[in-house]
Amino acid sequence: MRLVDEFRDAEAVAGLREAIARRLSRPAKIMEVCGTHTMAIARAGVRQLLPPTVSLISGPGCPVCVTAQGEIDAFLALGECPGVVLASFGDMLRVPGSTGSLETLKARGTETRVVYSPMDAVRLAAASPEKEVVFFGIGFETTVPTVAAALLEACRLGLRNFSVLSAHKRVPPALAALATDPELAVDGFLLPGHVSVILGLEPYRFLAEQHQIPCAIAGFEVTDILEGILHLVTQIADGRAALANQYPRVVRPEGNPTARALMERVFTPTDAVWRGIGPIAASGLALRPEFAPWDARQKFALDWDRFANVPEPPACRCGDILKGIASPHDCPLFGRGCTPARPIGPCMVSSEGTCAAYYRYQIG
Amino acid sequence: MCLAVPMQVKRVEGHDAVVEQAGAALNIRTDLLDEVAAGDYVLVHAGYAIQRVDEDEARETLALLRMFGIDTQTGQTTDATG
Repeated sequence: MRLVDEFRDAEAVAGLREAIARRLSRPAKIMEVCGTHTMAIARAGVRQLLPPTVSLISGPGCPVCVTAQGEIDAFLALGECPGVVLASFGDMLRVPGSTGSLETLKARGTETRVVYSPMDAVRLAAASPEKEVVFFGIGFETTVPTVAAALLEACRLGLRNFSVLSAHKRVPPALAALATDPELAVDGFLLPGHVSVILGLEPYRFLAEQHQIPCAIAGFEVTDILEGILHLVTQIADGRAALANQYPRVVRPEGNPTARALMERVFTPTDAVWRGIGPIAASGLALRPEFAPWDARQKFALDWDRFANVPEPPACRCGDILKGIASPHDCPLFGRGCTPARPIGPCMVSSEGTCAAYYRYQIG
Repeated sequence: MCLAVPMQVKRVEGHDAVVEQAGAALNIRTDLLDEVAAGDYVLVHAGYAIQRVDEDEARETLALLRMFGIDTQTGQTTDATG
């Protein structure tokens, strides 16, 4: 068993496709919340497999896309402090801040490192005691426990030249904001599989129970996604709302309590600004006060208030696109001023962004 | 960014493990799981095992998918979603 190819079976795809088409007579809008789903859906051509009654809209689940302009500017500003090495996941490399990106900073001589794992940044700090390694903490609950574990390892090793700038975001508060947004018209949520690996089912129950929105947690292979959609269209056709777990091979009802305990030991919820969407209460994560020596916000004397309300590029419609209100084609910049080679908005720069997926796979 | 891939554990030493996927070996950490043993399939994200893959559940899902496949060939209807 390799647990990957088996979930791409062509006959199963055809069967699921027919079942979805049979199930629904009226039009339905389904939001895929997660950016990794957006990419998988575009790459596997899922839209072309669906009947015209089912439309998929992309949600705010690309962590790079929702990182506020001010958070990016703050991280880039840390690169000007003496001895600092900026360490980041590769996803962030080309995302533009107000005056440049990690990539342009590197070209101008700032030391930057792309890491696959936050633990690589800890190892870098251990190997370079003369440097100050600052890791950019981006990502949702899937990623946060890995950063928490790496930070605790840095503490254990007594490394004082490692710190984290946290721009982490929590998915459930954003879903709550979407569910109560009067502009939003979705008939069901395809919920993020790997965030759910950590969180389990409990944090999503309110969507079905209080807001009567059908929900399905799905994996990322083509049959996983189609199964999730089939479950949603079945609920929509039956006029009921429930929370279905279509990814039980890795999503347990209780999630991963060990990972959550590490996350909660290091981080505490805080208000955060989502790019394009605005402030959402308790939707971010700050380091707890006892980890101040490893918190870049405490360690470096920048004028942090300067980064609190940095304006986003004018004319860019990423905000409406992240909320599923607009399609990339509704944006005056899409494919004209804003392309993957010269991105303006975050939805174009991240490979998981809705605009990048639409551009690359010529959707619509 | 939430990409995570199932890989098989080859060796474990403390919180460090070596996993293999498609013939390539990778060093990962196991801090986020209580018990990991050689032979387990784990879901790997950003250099950490974030969950053990339940092979029984995987087999059940595959069996369900095979039913959808058979349906297409026979033209039968399956209501497998409850």
